[in-house]
Amino acid sequence: MKKTILLAIAAGFTLASQAQAHDAWLLPSTTVLSDTTQWVTVDAGMSTGPFISNHAAMGVDGIQVQAPDGSMGAIENVARTRYRTVFDVKIDKPGTWRIGTNANSVSGTFTVDGERWRVGRGRPGMAGNFVATADEIPANATDIELVQTSSRNEFFVTAGEPTESAFAPTNSGLEMVPVTLPTDLVANEPGQFRFLIDGQPAAGLSVTVIPNGQRFHETDHAQELTTDADGVVTVSWPVAGFYWLNTTATDNKPSDARAKERRMSYTATLEVAAP
Amino acid sequence: MRKYLLLAAGVVATPAAAGTVTVTIPQVKVAEYHRPYVAAWIEPAGGGAARTIAVWYDVKKGGAEPGTKWLSDLRTWWRKGGRSLKLPANGVSGATRAPGAHRITLPNDLKPGSYVLSVEAARENGGRELVTVPLTVPVKRASATGSKELGAVTITVR
Repeated sequence: MKKTILLAIAAGFTLASQAQAHDAWLLPSTTVLSDTTQWVTVDAGMSTGPFISNHAAMGVDGIQVQAPDGSMGAIENVARTRYRTVFDVKIDKPGTWRIGTNANSVSGTFTVDGERWRVGRGRPGMAGNFVATADEIPANATDIELVQTSSRNEFFVTAGEPTESAFAPTNSGLEMVPVTLPTDLVANEPGQFRFLIDGQPAAGLSVTVIPNGQRFHETDHAQELTTDADGVVTVSWPVAGFYWLNTTATDNKPSDARAKERRMSYTATLEVAAP
Repeated sequence: MRKYLLLAAGVVATPAAAGTVTVTIPQVKVAEYHRPYVAAWIEPAGGGAARTIAVWYDVKKGGAEPGTKWLSDLRTWWRKGGRSLKLPANGVSGATRAPGAHRITLPNDLKPGSYVLSVEAARENGGRELVTVPLTVPVKRASATGSKELGAVTITVR
C-alpha cells in the first residue's frame, strides 16, 4: 500500500513537472468579425511550444465564454482528438467576447493516522488516498502541505465595434487588463497590457511572448519582457500573426491560510494584423 | 442635405475641399476573378477620427454569408472606423466596381489643413493592398500607385 502511494506521489510530481514543460494554448480561427452571424473555431492543446499539435489535447470542461453583455455563452461541437481539442463558439452578439479558462485550486498532501493523502483530482486509475478539495481535510490531519494554483488562459473576439466590459478585473489573482485592445493589434504599433495581482499593478513581472510558426524558424523568437512600475508591459511585434503571451507569479497570499504559497499563471492568445 | 450643399455653394463659390479622388482598379489576369472590396477614407494628418468616403462591397448578397461578412478583410479600414459605420451608408457605400478608373467626390465640408487619404482593396482569392496619398485642403493634385490590387490613386481639383 505504502509503495503504491509513493508511486502515486512520484507520478504526481511527474505530472506537475510536465505541466510546466508543456504549455496550454488556445488558437482561435480569427478574433475580428464583421457581424454577429459567424462562428469562431478553436484548437486547444498542450505542447512544449505554443500552437504545435504534437503532445496532448487540452481538456475544455473549464472553458468559459463571456459575451459582451455579461451573459455566458457556450462552446459547441467539441471534439477531443489525439493532440488537440477542437470547439466552436457562436459569436452572436456585438462587442468583445472573452473566452478561456480560469482555474483555481488548492492541492497538496497531508497525513492521517500515518497514511499520506493527496488533495486534488487523481487521474483515473491512479492509486492512493485522495480528497477532492482542501475542505475535506479532516481535523486530525497533520503534515499539511498545500499550494494554491490559479491560472487563466484566454483570448478575445470582437464582432463589430469593440466593447470594454470583458476587461473588467475581478481584482482576485493575476489578471490582464489591456491598454491596447487585444483585437486591435497591428504589427507596426506596440501593444500594451497591464497586469494586476489582486487588483494592484504587478510591477517587475517577467512576460514571455512567442509568435506562432516557430517550426519554420531557427528559434522560437521568444521575447522576455518585464512589466514597469504600473504593471504595464509593452510588446513590439516582429511579424503579423498569432502570439502566445504568458506570465507567472508566486506569492505567499493564498486564499487558504494553510497553503504555503500561491502560484499564478496568465496566458493570452493575441492576433496581430499586418498594417 | 442637398439644400445645405446648394447653400454652401452659394456662399463660397468653390469650396476649399472641392476635389475628386480617382481610384483605379487594375485588371488581374486570374482564372477566378472577383471584384475587390474597396474602402476609401480620410484622416487628419496629425491624427484623429477617420471619415469613410467610399466603401464598395457586395451590397446585395444576403443569406447565411451576407456581403458584409468580408468587410473586416479590409482590415485597416475596419479598425480605423469601418466597424462603426452603419451600412448601407447613403452616399458612401455601393456595389463592387469592375476594373477601371472610378471617381469619388471629396466631401465639401473638409476644413483647410493636412490629411491622409487611404484606399484599401481586398479581393477574394487574391491579395489586399493599402495605398495612402497626402491630401491638403485647399485641394492640390497628389497621386500614389499600388502594386497589385490597386492602380493609381489620384487626387485632383474638381
